[in-house]
Amino acid sequence: MTAPAPMPACDKVLLVQAEFDGELDAAQAAALEAHRAECPICQAAQAELRRTRALLRTEPYEPTPGDVRARVFARLRQAAPEAMPPPRPRQSWAWLRGPSLGFGLGAACAALIAFLVLLPERISLVDALVADHIRALQPGHLEDVVSTDQHTVKPWFDGRIDFSPPVRDFAAQGFPLKGARLDYLDGRPVAALVYQRAKHIIDLYVWPAAGVIPRLANESSIQGYNVVHWTQGGMNFWAVSDVERSQLDDFAGLWQRTP
Amino acid sequence: MLPHLDAAYTLARWLMRDREAAEDVLQEAMVRALTYFASFKGVNPRAWLLQIVRNTAYGSLALNRGVETVPLAADSDEPTAAELVSAEDNPETALLRSRESCQVRTLIAALPLELRETLVLREFEEFSYKEIAEATQTPIGTVMSRLWRARQLLAQAAAAEGLP
Repeated sequence: MTAPAPMPACDKVLLVQAEFDGELDAAQAAALEAHRAECPICQAAQAELRRTRALLRTEPYEPTPGDVRARVFARLRQAAPEAMPPPRPRQSWAWLRGPSLGFGLGAACAALIAFLVLLPERISLVDALVADHIRALQPGHLEDVVSTDQHTVKPWFDGRIDFSPPVRDFAAQGFPLKGARLDYLDGRPVAALVYQRAKHIIDLYVWPAAGVIPRLANESSIQGYNVVHWTQGGMNFWAVSDVERSQLDDFAGLWQRTP
Repeated sequence: MLPHLDAAYTLARWLMRDREAAEDVLQEAMVRALTYFASFKGVNPRAWLLQIVRNTAYGSLALNRGVETVPLAADSDEPTAAELVSAEDNPETALLRSRESCQVRTLIAALPLELRETLVLREFEEFSYKEIAEATQTPIGTVMSRLWRARQLLAQAAAAEGLP
């Protein structure tokens, strides 16, 4: 067991392993396949990777036992107020009395819940939104219907999705409507409205809000793209763009002021 | 972080090789994660959480250096009822399989720490190389060579034990 592993005798074995682990794209995999067909060392490596994985599969995956889970939660509940201190704990201990204590505890609980369940999902949704926005910016992907007229765009969605998204044109305010398209996000079809801001494109994703949408951190930034979220009239709104944060906030403000 | 608790506990168990120590590490890591969550700016909460678990485990291992913990497999020589019943085939094969799994567990537990964590993240948590690199704060090239060495050692040890 302590003997050093022999150096691989073919410099492609790490690629064989990468292919086995699903890390190669189709072109790389095809190139490797051509090599492997003629390399007995790589063929043997492939066979051994399969055997090793089959062996590891005999080890059952063990989920966290209920009692361990319960003790972790108890510890987190206990730690939440310390981990999320109220805004001005240093000046005096007066915040310990009166309503601010309740607020502090409430905020800590909210932060704990966000930590446990909400934000991870939200982060992955934001990932998906930014990825979709970038994909849409590729030539020919931006709009399914090209029109600057909200009365053309809105009826276009009829029969294509099971809700009627609000459509507004803000050309007068410097955010002209360019068109719209259908997308699939968060496990459901969504309406994507396309706006132009100078040379930048803003995608506004709209779909019906299911249940109560918690208002947590409502904005974030990934790979240089800004994302702003709000809910209005029973709909989720997510605006994604590479325009400056302040301009995207202006855009969101225009929407929120329009009934 | 709730969806990643199993992954966190699995990594803690394999790093500490002791259930009690693993639970301590898990609790400590979850509290740390909660404390620093507000400043988390990355895009992969799972890799981020497991990085915290790993750092906590390393800290605990450094503190307890010299104190031998009992390897995970030692307290489970006898297969548990659940392990026996969960197998879909007849009792003899089930027993055989669970013994095999016990041996595999010992072999993984005997791997050097860096190789063990890489193998566990890849095979049990199905992390991508990039995620492993993030969780272990290691370049991807090193992840690939560690993974290769872990599998080689495991295959050799399994062959020596007469496992398939």
